[in-house]
Amino acid sequence: MSEFFAMGGYAFYVWGSYAVTFALLGIEVFLLMKRKRETKT
Amino acid sequence: MTTESIKWFWYASPQTFFPLAGRIARVCAVLAPIFTVAGLYVGFFVAPTDAQQGEAYRIIFIHVPAAWMSMLIYLVMAFWAAVGLAMNTRVSFMMIRALAPTGALFTFIALWTGAFWGRPTWGTYWVWGDTRLMTELILLFLYFGVMALQASIDDRRRADRAGAVLAIVGVVNIPIIYYSVKWWNTLHQGASVSFTKAPSMAVTMFTGMILMALAFWMYSIAVAMVRVRCEIMENP
Repeated sequence: MSEFFAMGGYAFYVWGSYAVTFALLGIEVFLLMKRKRETKT
Repeated sequence: MTTESIKWFWYASPQTFFPLAGRIARVCAVLAPIFTVAGLYVGFFVAPTDAQQGEAYRIIFIHVPAAWMSMLIYLVMAFWAAVGLAMNTRVSFMMIRALAPTGALFTFIALWTGAFWGRPTWGTYWVWGDTRLMTELILLFLYFGVMALQASIDDRRRADRAGAVLAIVGVVNIPIIYYSVKWWNTLHQGASVSFTKAPSMAVTMFTGMILMALAFWMYSIAVAMVRVRCEIMENP
């Protein structure tokens, strides 16, 4: 398991890419849902 | 006029497009997480370790689909810009507003993951002057430019038309991004997948990439459809 998260020594680059990607997509969805509520669609 | 063409004009009206956009958004919002889970599973647990790059290559499963989306969304946005300018249909301009933020987001993701992939493989996060990197950065600025232009003009009709003109002019950048790795010497590798030849990678790697690409497609469509519904509601 810890071997998986180590990514052969590339953990920072692999997880740094995936974390930022999914965080940004999450923020977009959150902001859009907020806008959706405010416009009552 | 055939019934088909009547149907297209029928959906050009915001009021009739609204429920259709809702149905499309719901279907895609269900499919996006399914494709994401499948893509991540294949990408991390089925696809083998790369012989040259080790585990660092696994960034490919978001980098390449995000880069594809960044270009594809721009083409779709420019298409609606052309339709909007030619037909003066309100929904077309709303589609530009709905697509631009998501296109900019995927462009940023392509640049970010590219930097995080470049550091372990090329030894650097970023190279100024590299054509692939520069043209993708210009794409990000084009998205920002379209959004800024729309936001800076008070008269909404003029703002929409100005944004549409910039979107169409910027389309010239897309083939330059796509062929930059062929036309110039760049650090960036050539296309691993192209329209003309079989992919130069393991089948499982290719499958993971395609699943993630489908996930990003579904995500983008769902988000754009919800955003266009907000646009319609806010501008009755």
